[in-house]
Amino acid sequence: MTTMPSPLNRRDTLRLFSLPALSGVLGLPATAALAQAPARPPRIVSVNGAMTEIVYALGAEKQLVGTDTTSLFPAAALQTAKVGYMRQLSAEGLLSLKPDAVIGTTEAGPGVVMDQVRSAGVKVELVEADHSWGEVQRKVAAVGRATSRVAQANALQAKLDAEWAGVLAAVAASKGGRKPRAIFILSHSSSAQVSGDKTAAHAMMVFAGLQNALAGSFSAYRPMTAESIVTAAPDVIVTTVQGIEASGGLEKFWARPGLEMTPAYRRRAVVALDALYLIGFGPRLPQAVTELHQAAWKVTA
Amino acid sequence: MRPRSVNSALLPGERRRWPARAVLGLGVLLLALSFLVASARGSYVISPLQLWAVLMDALGGAAQPSPEHLVFMNIRLPRLLMGMAAGAALGLSGALMQGLFRNPLADPGLIGVSSGAALAAGTTIVLGSLWFPEMPRTLGSWTLVLTAFTGSLVVTLLVYALSQQDGATRVGLMLLAGIAINALAGAGLGFLTFLATDEQLRNIQFWLLGSLGGARWSAVVLVFSIVAVAVAAGLTLAKPLNAIALGEAQAALLGVPVENVKRFAVLVTALAVGAVTATTGIIGFIGLMAPHCVRLVAGPDHRVVLPGSALLGAALVLAADSVARTIVQPAELPLGVLTAFVGVPFFLLLLRHFRSRL
Repeated sequence: MTTMPSPLNRRDTLRLFSLPALSGVLGLPATAALAQAPARPPRIVSVNGAMTEIVYALGAEKQLVGTDTTSLFPAAALQTAKVGYMRQLSAEGLLSLKPDAVIGTTEAGPGVVMDQVRSAGVKVELVEADHSWGEVQRKVAAVGRATSRVAQANALQAKLDAEWAGVLAAVAASKGGRKPRAIFILSHSSSAQVSGDKTAAHAMMVFAGLQNALAGSFSAYRPMTAESIVTAAPDVIVTTVQGIEASGGLEKFWARPGLEMTPAYRRRAVVALDALYLIGFGPRLPQAVTELHQAAWKVTA
Repeated sequence: MRPRSVNSALLPGERRRWPARAVLGLGVLLLALSFLVASARGSYVISPLQLWAVLMDALGGAAQPSPEHLVFMNIRLPRLLMGMAAGAALGLSGALMQGLFRNPLADPGLIGVSSGAALAAGTTIVLGSLWFPEMPRTLGSWTLVLTAFTGSLVVTLLVYALSQQDGATRVGLMLLAGIAINALAGAGLGFLTFLATDEQLRNIQFWLLGSLGGARWSAVVLVFSIVAVAVAAGLTLAKPLNAIALGEAQAALLGVPVENVKRFAVLVTALAVGAVTATTGIIGFIGLMAPHCVRLVAGPDHRVVLPGSALLGAALVLAADSVARTIVQPAELPLGVLTAFVGVPFFLLLLRHFRSRL
């Protein structure tokens, strides 16, 4: 009497023979139909403002099912479901939107939540943010892959690359031998901070042909002190529109301690742009650099 | 028929104390109810039928788990278990501290457990990359848990050491040392906040507000086992604490090893609350309030107050967390914000009903 194969072996054997048997039963037409059936467009959750802009730029907004609180442009993005602040996401919250992919920068977190989302079978693509043109290129490529619109992404990338080259050339040409000293003030809450190097704001000022008066002394942001501002002696102040509003208007902004003794104060030389536009490093980066450069040259003329 | 004590006559307007078994039974029921409600609620909608299917799958072992199964087993269930462990640890430790210090305002943070963990976590977040730059980001979350736990134990040990006088632990000294060390840790944390970059600051802030979002199975198993052992050990302190309530000298004369009881209570609190705080951040208010709720209903007998606080603490954390997860879905509120919002109305309700007892 032959011994019965153990249940484990029998299961493996059945599995081995089932697929050919199944396809034999169902016939080729079924498998062919499966191959031809169009895959539905992947659902995307974007937890970075710049990448949300790129989704809209690629025309994939119908695939966008959720964004984070920093995704404020275009206005339609405000109507999508908000998953919270990008550094403090909720695993169940992200999964409740049934996304196929979550895109963002490496700042998205917490790490445990991203791992849990990954283990639920969702593609999590996080882009390194190093404040260079390469960052924008990586973002466009990542959005293209996630939304299955690689061709459109490549086209957008080519357009943006050409725009960027043009902007860099224009900035270099119109410098006129000047390099105004500038500082970036971040004042979205009651306390104001200034930017050293290795920040998005620093990179923007360098692109626009300005000299960050506080570069070299420290990295990232530091609280603004009167003495440090006076020592820096900036010709122009770069800040955000939201920062001016949070300060209570332009007059109150200029009333901050230390600013009245700067060269910028005499002509009230300030350039204020929208925060996401200025330091978001999204598809509007070339425009933002142009605007920053032209405005800075105008107020320091 | 049990002989009734002469002193069981009630004062006018006073309510009769609820018997111990009823209180504990109610506590278990409350916890079970909270657990069921919290299992069913969440931003990812899982209907009761799907929940039943998930349970059957879990017991039977399905070949292809459904998305609901994955979400429940990998995300929601570990979070619920972590919440239960956190609430039980905090509730019990709060009752232990209030019994030890004989002070109704005592809470587990008094001996420096929470502030030690916070200081260690802040140091890791801000200075970790500076001092140990090779620390890979994937290990980051475990490192934070380990350093926070170490920090809480070290600071608690410091407070305990400062409270020693002539070989005995002076509770008054422990109280003052705890306040002083807490202030120092707070100043240290403030300095770290000053040094922090924008990203680090956000990380510290969110850590301080507390969240059960980081509950992975590995962390849950570790914390649950530590808390289970600590709670079981802490419950044995019920009778000694009853004696200590009469005064330490009287307790000693009754044969209670007062010094050992103090040491044991501090150890249980440090381990249980340290493990919980290291993984979930600071969850406030439960340790202070849960014992009071139980005392209002059942009286000050520690044989009821200790287990009752553990059960009520667990139920409250589950309730607060289920609100935190769903009220702004698909985003999530930090847990520390919700425990007061959920706990205070409950406390005020009980206070109103039982205030003659005060």
